[in-house]
Amino acid sequence: MLKVERLTKTYASQAPAGALTVLREVNFSLPAGASLAIVGPSGSGKTTLLGLCAGLDTPTDGKVLLAGADLGALDEDARARVRNEHVGFVFQNFQLIPTLTALENVLVPVELRGESGREAEARELLARVGLGERFEHYPVQLSGGEQQRVALARAFMNRPKVLFCDEPTGNLDGETAAAMAELVFGLNRERGTTLVLVTHDLELAKRCQRIIRLKGGAVISDSQTETP
Amino acid sequence: MNFILKMAWRDSRAARRRLVLFSLSVVLGIAALVAIGSFSANLRVAIDDQARGLLGADLVITSRQAFLPEVTAHLDGLGGEQAREASFSSMMIFPSPEGDRTRLVQVRAVEGRFPFYGEFQARPGDAPAQLAAGGPVVLLEETLLSQFGLKTGDTVRLGRVTFTIIGAVLKVPGDSVAITQLAPRAFIPLGQLPATELAGPGSLVRHRIALKLPPEVDPAAVEREMRQKFITERMSYDTVEERKRDLGRVLENVNGFLSLVGFVALFLGAIGVASAIHVYIRQKITTVAVLRCLGASARQSFAVYLVQGLGLGVLGSVLGAALGVAVQLALPAAMAGLLPFDVDFFVSWTAVARGMGAGLVICVLFTLLPLLAVRRVSPLVALRAAFADRPARPDPWRIALGVLLVAAIAGFAVEQTRSLVLGLGFTSALAAGFAVLAGLAKAVAWAARRWLPRGLPYVVRQGVANLHRPNNRTVLLLLALGLGTFLITTLYLTRTTLLAQIQGTGGAGRPNLLFFDIQDDQIGPLNTLLREAGHPATQQAPIVTMRLRSLRGQAVEDLLKQPENRIPGWTLRREYRSTYRADLTDTETLLSGEIVPRVAPEEEIVPITIEEGLARDMQLQLGDEVEFDVQGVAVRTRLAGIRKVDWQRLQPNFFIVFPEGVLEEAPQFYVAALRIDTAADSARLQQAVVRAFPNVSAIDLTLLLETFDTIFGKVALVVQFMAFFTVATGIIVLAGAVLTGRWQRIRETVLLRTLGATRRQLVQIQLVEYAILGVLAALVGCLLAVGGNLLLAKFVFKTAATPDLLTLGLAVLAVSVITLLTGLLSNRGVADHPPLEILRQET
Repeated sequence: MLKVERLTKTYASQAPAGALTVLREVNFSLPAGASLAIVGPSGSGKTTLLGLCAGLDTPTDGKVLLAGADLGALDEDARARVRNEHVGFVFQNFQLIPTLTALENVLVPVELRGESGREAEARELLARVGLGERFEHYPVQLSGGEQQRVALARAFMNRPKVLFCDEPTGNLDGETAAAMAELVFGLNRERGTTLVLVTHDLELAKRCQRIIRLKGGAVISDSQTETP
Repeated sequence: MNFILKMAWRDSRAARRRLVLFSLSVVLGIAALVAIGSFSANLRVAIDDQARGLLGADLVITSRQAFLPEVTAHLDGLGGEQAREASFSSMMIFPSPEGDRTRLVQVRAVEGRFPFYGEFQARPGDAPAQLAAGGPVVLLEETLLSQFGLKTGDTVRLGRVTFTIIGAVLKVPGDSVAITQLAPRAFIPLGQLPATELAGPGSLVRHRIALKLPPEVDPAAVEREMRQKFITERMSYDTVEERKRDLGRVLENVNGFLSLVGFVALFLGAIGVASAIHVYIRQKITTVAVLRCLGASARQSFAVYLVQGLGLGVLGSVLGAALGVAVQLALPAAMAGLLPFDVDFFVSWTAVARGMGAGLVICVLFTLLPLLAVRRVSPLVALRAAFADRPARPDPWRIALGVLLVAAIAGFAVEQTRSLVLGLGFTSALAAGFAVLAGLAKAVAWAARRWLPRGLPYVVRQGVANLHRPNNRTVLLLLALGLGTFLITTLYLTRTTLLAQIQGTGGAGRPNLLFFDIQDDQIGPLNTLLREAGHPATQQAPIVTMRLRSLRGQAVEDLLKQPENRIPGWTLRREYRSTYRADLTDTETLLSGEIVPRVAPEEEIVPITIEEGLARDMQLQLGDEVEFDVQGVAVRTRLAGIRKVDWQRLQPNFFIVFPEGVLEEAPQFYVAALRIDTAADSARLQQAVVRAFPNVSAIDLTLLLETFDTIFGKVALVVQFMAFFTVATGIIVLAGAVLTGRWQRIRETVLLRTLGATRRQLVQIQLVEYAILGVLAALVGCLLAVGGNLLLAKFVFKTAATPDLLTLGLAVLAVSVITLLTGLLSNRGVADHPPLEILRQET
């Protein structure tokens, strides 16, 4: 489902030290339905790797194959189509559109494709994440945990093949974070989605089938966990 | 498409009031364009409908001399009807128990059934018929009756005849309202003219024949034939078509000028919109990034905001058009005194569409500038905001859009002014103002970063730092405020310059009362009278009339017949009123050659001087020979000197000056000028002179100033009416810019509040920032206005610009205070919110 080959990202710099390589020759491959946690200290290249895997940016070298598409060979609009059809996102800071209600936020991915009549499904998803009574609320009227649950419902709305989560519990308190983690893994299992999770939280990482550790932009370990 | 419209609508939810406010910036500009365009269409229709009434006849022929018998014979042969008129300026005497009073009037001695088209409007309605019946009766300008408290049946004197007033003139086809301000009209029967003894030699009588031609005769063909047949006669011809064309041209010019003023308001508004959208889009970057993450293409996300921009433009255009139509209703009242005909009100949908179109195009082009940034928002911003600050590559679309914008503005300006030079000049002036202000803004931001003294109080440092920190409004505010100040101040400075030009005519000790039409035998007794009255003439000049016979050996008739002749016909045909004296007056300077003070009577070729403009028109060089016909006597002359003349003085000035010793024996008359300080003395002196010499006329500067003032007042009303649009737009843009800033800075203000800043400190920080911006914008705007005024004075009004420190001081003060007040008022309430509420909203 997701294959990464010799992935490298370098930023040009005016600094005396010259170009800055934030990701170095990363390789891995994930089958459909698998889950992967990417962990590492701040600045280790986790978010860069996630961005490249999701087609949000282009690598300096190497390639990413997502759902059979070579992202490097596509232009930005084609990558946007791939994202719309195959990818779901959950961000650390929720990233709901502040001017849309919870229901409208969840509907954005399908409306982008020009599809209509999927409101019942969106309501069902919101109900599944425990927000059955909050359809018409705006992000500002929701708590952090509720906002992240809307984001999760939105991520599953287009029935993604791969779900990318960037620190999904990073901005939540312990209890809310645990509830959120349950939802992420529960939905992931239910829908057979491939999961790529960037986190600092080792407990959360351990719930994935595989953990890649990054340091200074390079993979320092790639291990399977005991999680089925 | 569905998604784009839906998303654009939903996304605008929290900002609709703000977007409506942005759209208000262009409303007034569009309103001005629509109002002017539609009103001009009303005028055009009025001109077409009333075309024949504009002239009152099919053809009007005017001459400074009595018509030659050949001319009248030719006209009689055409058939149809004729009406004749002799008109000239003269002093009218208004008898009164407290002593006679006098006033310069325009005597119109008429005969025949004029006007043939349109209506001679008078009160009572049968007064024109009484006038046509003849006898010593006069029909006076309505203003004269009220000024002197006269009524029908009262008497007035003109020359040697006493006339009975039969009514008031209201409107005569072909007459301009502005001209009647200077010399009110007095209609008398032509048969009474000889008895007045006013139309003697030397008096400037204008002879006119109005013709109603048989339907099969084409007035233009008659004109062509007569121009050929009487090529040496200086006659002017007026046909309905020409009158329509002339009026149309004037109308186009006025329309063009007013449209440019309206366009300036639109331009200013569009800058306001662009600056507001710029900030708006910055706030939307995360939303765009999220949309991109969710699969929206660059085009889709751009389209969402383009729809909002278009919506804003459409809203502005619709509101502007509606307001424009309302304003159009008010325009006839503002222009009433300037229009020679009645105007019916109707809405010109073409003008509405054009105004809305221009508004929409300019608004959308300006909106596109900041919107282009949306295309380049990386989806990575959703992951990490820092990605937003990656250096951008130059965007070819932005460059193309800039070029398109300049082309659109230049195209509009050229279309409105119908002149490539003026249109491009207008565009360049705007561009220069824009460049200077943008450059200054960058310099201010740079200086604020570099030279902020550490020792200053915290609030001052914070206020100054706001000028250069990220999200600063320095460039946008300085542009909007500075350009507004520049345009409005230029309008007022130009007004001052024009007024000063008129007032300067009679400044410090210069003559302000002029007597003319003084006969040869009257000059001595008149001088005695003036001396005895204690106001001797400070200047007097004899006038001898003459015509050109040949130029450099070529007869005038031959020159006029040569197709390759480039010398204007009027310089060859006209009657010259020349003088003779030994030296220059204080309004003259010798540019080249010499002044020969005196020549012996037997001198064969007389050395004369000619005014520089005329010498240029006649293509004369020093030494060239010119022969004159001085009332039947041939006089050979050579060009000995070229003079520059300041015509803007109330004193006798001449195209051609002879030395003493040649013209003394020729039939001549005089003008005399003097200085008199009070209006009452001037009136008394004029009465005394006119009583003794009824044919002598007087004009005083007070009358001229009053006339200019009345006409200028009417023009100024229109200009101020239009300037209002610019001023009001400036204030809306300012409020918009400050409000935008409020949204932009709210987080920072709240953080400061959270960290313990008091309300007073927050206000002080804003005070410092807005005071610096306001004062700077006002100073630079005024500086640009001084430059603009200098250029306008030099190249358009051909005069020296008058420094007007009061206007400049007021402008600086007003702009600074308005900026400060608007800034503080728009930020009002920010400090009242609990920090938590706003911090929460921001997430």
